[in-house]
Amino acid sequence: MIKFDRVSKRYPNGKDALRRIHFELPAGQLTFLTGHSGAGKSTLLKLIMMIERPTQGQVFVEGQNLNGFSTRQVPYLRRKIGMVHQNHQLLFDRSVFDNVALPLVIAGFARADIGKRVRAALDKVGLLNKEKLNPIMLSGGEQQRVGIARAVVNKPPLLLADEPTGNLDPALSAEIMDLFHDFARVGVAVLIATHDLSLIARHRHRLLTLREGRLIHDGEDDDHGA
Amino acid sequence: MAPNSPRARRPGGARSARTSLGDRLRAWRHHHRDSLRDALNRMRAAPSSALMTVLVIAIALALPAGLAVLLDNARVITKGWDGNAHLSVFLEMDVDESRQRQLADDWADFDTVKRTEVITRAQALDEFKALSGFGEVLEALPDNPLPPLIVVYPDNAAPGQVEALQTRLNALPEVDNAQLDVAWVRRLHAIIELGDRLIGVLTLGLAAAVVLVVVNTIRLAIESRREEIVVIKIVGGTDGFVRRPFLYSGFCFGFAGGVLSLVLVGTALWWLGGPIDELLNLYESEHSLTGMSASTVLVLPLFSGTLGLLGAWLAVSRHLGDVEPQF
Repeated sequence: MIKFDRVSKRYPNGKDALRRIHFELPAGQLTFLTGHSGAGKSTLLKLIMMIERPTQGQVFVEGQNLNGFSTRQVPYLRRKIGMVHQNHQLLFDRSVFDNVALPLVIAGFARADIGKRVRAALDKVGLLNKEKLNPIMLSGGEQQRVGIARAVVNKPPLLLADEPTGNLDPALSAEIMDLFHDFARVGVAVLIATHDLSLIARHRHRLLTLREGRLIHDGEDDDHGA
Repeated sequence: MAPNSPRARRPGGARSARTSLGDRLRAWRHHHRDSLRDALNRMRAAPSSALMTVLVIAIALALPAGLAVLLDNARVITKGWDGNAHLSVFLEMDVDESRQRQLADDWADFDTVKRTEVITRAQALDEFKALSGFGEVLEALPDNPLPPLIVVYPDNAAPGQVEALQTRLNALPEVDNAQLDVAWVRRLHAIIELGDRLIGVLTLGLAAAVVLVVVNTIRLAIESRREEIVVIKIVGGTDGFVRRPFLYSGFCFGFAGGVLSLVLVGTALWWLGGPIDELLNLYESEHSLTGMSASTVLVLPLFSGTLGLLGAWLAVSRHLGDVEPQF
């Protein structure tokens, strides 16, 4: 699903954010990405989203080399990637329904189809009865679930999450994690960037650990070395 | 940007498998409609600031548009004046009346002359006495100081011909001075032409001002909708999708400004109409102030809308790139 082939990223200020990163994520697998802040987690996600381009090496998504993508093609790549943010990135000038519908509107789905898909996604995260509310009226956990509904509404093959449980208590975190597991079970590749070690400890999953831009650990989470 | 960007192939077939071309065309049309509605809603949501922008645009456009209308009127009014062009040919003082009449008859036979009119020294004196009010002063003079005069009406008022005639008459020994009475009309025309150019320059400058006003308004709109833009980019909105509402906003500002400028010009003409007609009456002109032509009424809002669109385009291409998702 995702493949990093000896990828390095050096920012214009000379900072090496990533050094020769090499790994592969298969479909249907849930993987944690961890490391201290500044270790390169954000850069790695940005390379997948094509917010940044690698200095060296190649990133593949669904077997396609992202180096071959022009700037104009970037939006079409992003439509295959569901992105969940720590701060939800919801728009408070419109309803929950319209927030979740946005990716479908952008991709050009028919109106009737949009209604069906949005309700399916909201049902999945348990917020079907809140579609008409403004997200500002929801709790933090509910807002995060709206963000997840928006990320999965067009059934992307890849789901990225950046500190998705950052502001949530353990019970809510567990709910969110359950959702991610469900998506992985139906074949979505899920990559969760987090430094919440307790979250990682509660689930036995593949763990990628970054330190100063190097991938220092890749394996089950019994020894994550961070 | 990318080394292999010339490859026009779009990545991935999954998208097209999920949405048909018809669906996407319909969605594209819907998004245009939604963008227009969104632009209007946002103007309505902040009416005072929207009104300010529209008003600035309207005033900037009303100025050259109003001047152009006045200038058009001036051109129409003075058009007829060339037709009355005639030469006042003052003869030497010693030309007597019979010789004067003979000359007038001779000249009337020129092919470029329509007719001539004799004004004898005595006639001139009477006329002058009657009109000037200096009658008594003139009585006191020993001699009639006025020269004999022949008014020559040319056949054709074309500037070259009239001047040729003037030169020809000036060359005659009995002629003291052949004076072209339309010189001031020519000067007026030159001034009108200059006014035309000035309006052109003014229009150019003020059109640039309109564009800049819209650039600034849209820049602020982009700033205030930063979050929305980021989200749209993250979920795969193309630049076109992000740009569209702003372009519609720009067009709406421009169009509304253009319509309002028509109202301003119309009001000003209505306000000035009475006095101007009165003034024209005093000059014995049957002309009365004409308003804007139908084409102006049609073209001005569209022109203004285009300026707005241009401003929005500049703002968007300059500032949209600054808004990139960060996490």
